[in-house]
Amino acid sequence: MAKKEQEIAETVKAVAEAAVKKVAGKVADVLKGDDEKIDAKIPAGPLAEKWTNYKAHQKLVNPANKRRLDVIVVGTGLAGASAAASLAEMGFNVLSFCIQDSPRRAHSIAAQGGINAAKNYQNDGDSVYRLFYDTIKGGDYRAREANVYRLAEVSNNIIDQCVAQGVPFAREYGGLLDNRSFGGAQVSRTFYAKGQTGQQLLLGAYSALSRQIGKGKVKMYSRYEMLDIVVIEGRARVIIARNLVTGRIERFFAHAVVVGSGGYGNTFFLSTNAMASNGSAAMQMYRKGAYFANPCYAQIHPTCIPKHGDFQSKLTLMSESLRNDGRIWVPKKLEDAKALQEGRLKGRDIPEEDRDYYLERRYPAFGNLVPRDVASRAAKERCDAGFGVNSTGLAVFLDFSEAIQRLGKDVVAAKYGNLFQMYEKIVDENPYEDPMMIFPAIHYTMGGIWVDYELQTSVKGLFCIGEANFSDHGANRLGASALMQGLADGYFVLPYTIQNYLADQISVPRMSTDLPEFAEAENAVKAKIDKIMAIQGNRSVDSIHRELGLVMWEYVGMGRTKAGLETAIEKLAEIRKEFWSNVFVPGDKDDLNVELEKALRLADFIEIGDLMARDALQREESCGGHFREEYQTPEGEALRQDDKFSFVSCWKYMGEGVAPKMLKEPLDYEFTERKTRNYKN
Amino acid sequence: MEKTINITLKVWRQAGPKAKGGFETYQLDNISTDSSFLEMLDVLNEKLVSERKEPVVFDHDCREGICGMCSLYINGHPHGPDSAITTCQLHMRKFKNGDTITVEPWRSNAFPVIKDLMVDRRAYDKIMQAGGFVSVNTGGVPDANAIPIPKKDADEAMDAASCIGCGACAAACKNGSAMLFVAAKVSQLALLPQGKVEAARRVKAMLGKMDELGFGNCTNTGACAAECPKSVSLSNIARLNREYICAKFKD
Repeated sequence: MAKKEQEIAETVKAVAEAAVKKVAGKVADVLKGDDEKIDAKIPAGPLAEKWTNYKAHQKLVNPANKRRLDVIVVGTGLAGASAAASLAEMGFNVLSFCIQDSPRRAHSIAAQGGINAAKNYQNDGDSVYRLFYDTIKGGDYRAREANVYRLAEVSNNIIDQCVAQGVPFAREYGGLLDNRSFGGAQVSRTFYAKGQTGQQLLLGAYSALSRQIGKGKVKMYSRYEMLDIVVIEGRARVIIARNLVTGRIERFFAHAVVVGSGGYGNTFFLSTNAMASNGSAAMQMYRKGAYFANPCYAQIHPTCIPKHGDFQSKLTLMSESLRNDGRIWVPKKLEDAKALQEGRLKGRDIPEEDRDYYLERRYPAFGNLVPRDVASRAAKERCDAGFGVNSTGLAVFLDFSEAIQRLGKDVVAAKYGNLFQMYEKIVDENPYEDPMMIFPAIHYTMGGIWVDYELQTSVKGLFCIGEANFSDHGANRLGASALMQGLADGYFVLPYTIQNYLADQISVPRMSTDLPEFAEAENAVKAKIDKIMAIQGNRSVDSIHRELGLVMWEYVGMGRTKAGLETAIEKLAEIRKEFWSNVFVPGDKDDLNVELEKALRLADFIEIGDLMARDALQREESCGGHFREEYQTPEGEALRQDDKFSFVSCWKYMGEGVAPKMLKEPLDYEFTERKTRNYKN
Repeated sequence: MEKTINITLKVWRQAGPKAKGGFETYQLDNISTDSSFLEMLDVLNEKLVSERKEPVVFDHDCREGICGMCSLYINGHPHGPDSAITTCQLHMRKFKNGDTITVEPWRSNAFPVIKDLMVDRRAYDKIMQAGGFVSVNTGGVPDANAIPIPKKDADEAMDAASCIGCGACAAACKNGSAMLFVAAKVSQLALLPQGKVEAARRVKAMLGKMDELGFGNCTNTGACAAECPKSVSLSNIARLNREYICAKFKD
């Protein structure tokens, strides 16, 4: 009897101890959560050896096991298509998703100017280090040194790869590759294919992807949109996607999920992004525990065709390459500007001595080729001072008359003909005769989903590549670097780093998508759709989106202030309320329904806008594309606060209607000295 | 200064692939001549939504003439009456006050209608999957400057490669042939040393797939090149034929 009592006592004690241990563990987890350490997994060693060391020691997956592993790749832009093709070539089974009718349509296709690489083919002193340095400086010292160095290192492989695929880069008469200059660099390192470089690079990646689809190694799902990611035991396992043609909601399993869904510039409604470009994939990752990093870093591109009417659906970019030969100016005299605004004068009527080439004046060393953030702010400064040159007062000239005199019209036409044609079709003016009019517009988002050195998010098995991640451009991206980063991630980085994760997944069998967790996630997606369909309010999706765009441009655009950002957050709350109570989506959810697609995306844009404003508010400094008017030098240049803000802001989702939490990844500069960016001398 | 026009639209509406379609007529007033054709359709759709009706479905994305997503037969021409542009680059200043504008989906058996003006162009992807590539894997390729390529050849390859895969060529062709699309890719790769290795296999595979998917044959009417928004030249079809004959002789 005593023995039995003792046994019972021991059992009770064991149970109690286990319970205490469990609670203690939970408490510890919670405490750990409070000062969550962010580990970027930067390999040790000298800067130039980190990537080589990483590759030498990472885990690999053998060919037989590769066949047993499935990878989902969402998006078919430069990053997504190149990753899907490369993974399939290696032997993995790939499921590729895009929202367009064909993977060839992704918006990477619209990139015009070129792609950077440190080939030094022009013998002008370029090197991997110099490309690294220009990129890190161009990003206003807000990117990771190790990531940027790796990017510069693999840049040369990209050019080799693309040429081998048959990408028709521009060549010189000797048959070798030609280069041109881009903003923020003093060397010519930009490879290009007319004004259609993005198109040619994307078609190269698309052809590699097509080859794998033909071989059956990639299963292509076009006109599908991911609506959620399901995480089981801390790992991304399944995506829920909507077949955009039938409206059917479907589930797809994989051992790892890679998202290359592009940027969130369309939060501003008017941007240079494609109409369907959206931030919803990023928000799905964020809501599942992936940090959203530096959301406030958005790039405003200086050379876009100015806004011309309320019906406008997008803004069109004029390639930065135009700044190689075009000179930017406004009149020196206010009365001339007024005459231009009233249509009494044309640009060509203003004599040379009355023109203010303000970039050449302010930044003699770089002139018209200063980085984008600097050029955009300088344009805004002149227009704010009343020197704008079109009827809205929001435009400056980009003038080719000097180049046409120097090179001849034929040479200018050969270099930029397709861009000139594009301008003429939109504006109905001939840029060979009258200077182009341009104005800054939202173009690219440097911020995005946080990833470590392996391009893995803070959710295991969930990777993020291309513009969708935050990794390489810091607070400002240099021209011709987006194509470089997209292809670096897709061809040369992710296919390696993902194996370090997949090597541990070889014994995980393919899961049934019928598991209750997956069904639950699908039901949540369906419930959200039902909720939107049921509102039956009085506002179209676009009308609310335009309203969001105006708030973003006014308060979270080129010049930001504390008061303005606080106003933005209030106004965004009103827009959120308006959307969830007054949007009208016609049609049927179980059918092709474009308004429903747009509504789902807009719901996420509102939340991204909120994150951008919060991030801009906390970052009390000016750096790159983020300009807080309170923090500027007497000459109006951006003023960083390295002692306080030398970190990546990582926003963590805390639940619906709860303020997100900001964590910090410190940016330690081991190898470069942080300086004030100087493009003057 | 801004000018506006009033127009009448006759738009093809079709609820689904198997549904019977027909033209609907809409009246639109005060359309800015500075707006693009697709922005005019946006205005129409806003109007329809405000009347609690289903908007017109049409494909579009980049709206700067490069993605190849937009289509539309406008007044009997793919991508409308203006030359060398896509529908998204067409502006309303090309129309007059009081005009009636007819808008239809691509006309081609190989591009079935999905809904209204949206068609399924996956047939073009299938042709590309059959051989529209150079068989190189990522990595292990020579230096980009290892093989000099004459500028003339590179430029010609670039002109062929400017095809955006929109489908206007097949839609314009009375035979529904995709020859210009196939010719553009075959030419690009045949002009470059990288593509020569597989040239014979490529041309046979791509043309074989084109026939299999129900595209018609080429009778050199030239409608494709006339309507091509990227001005891809008819001479590419001549090169395609030459490549095909050479490939067949080798068999």
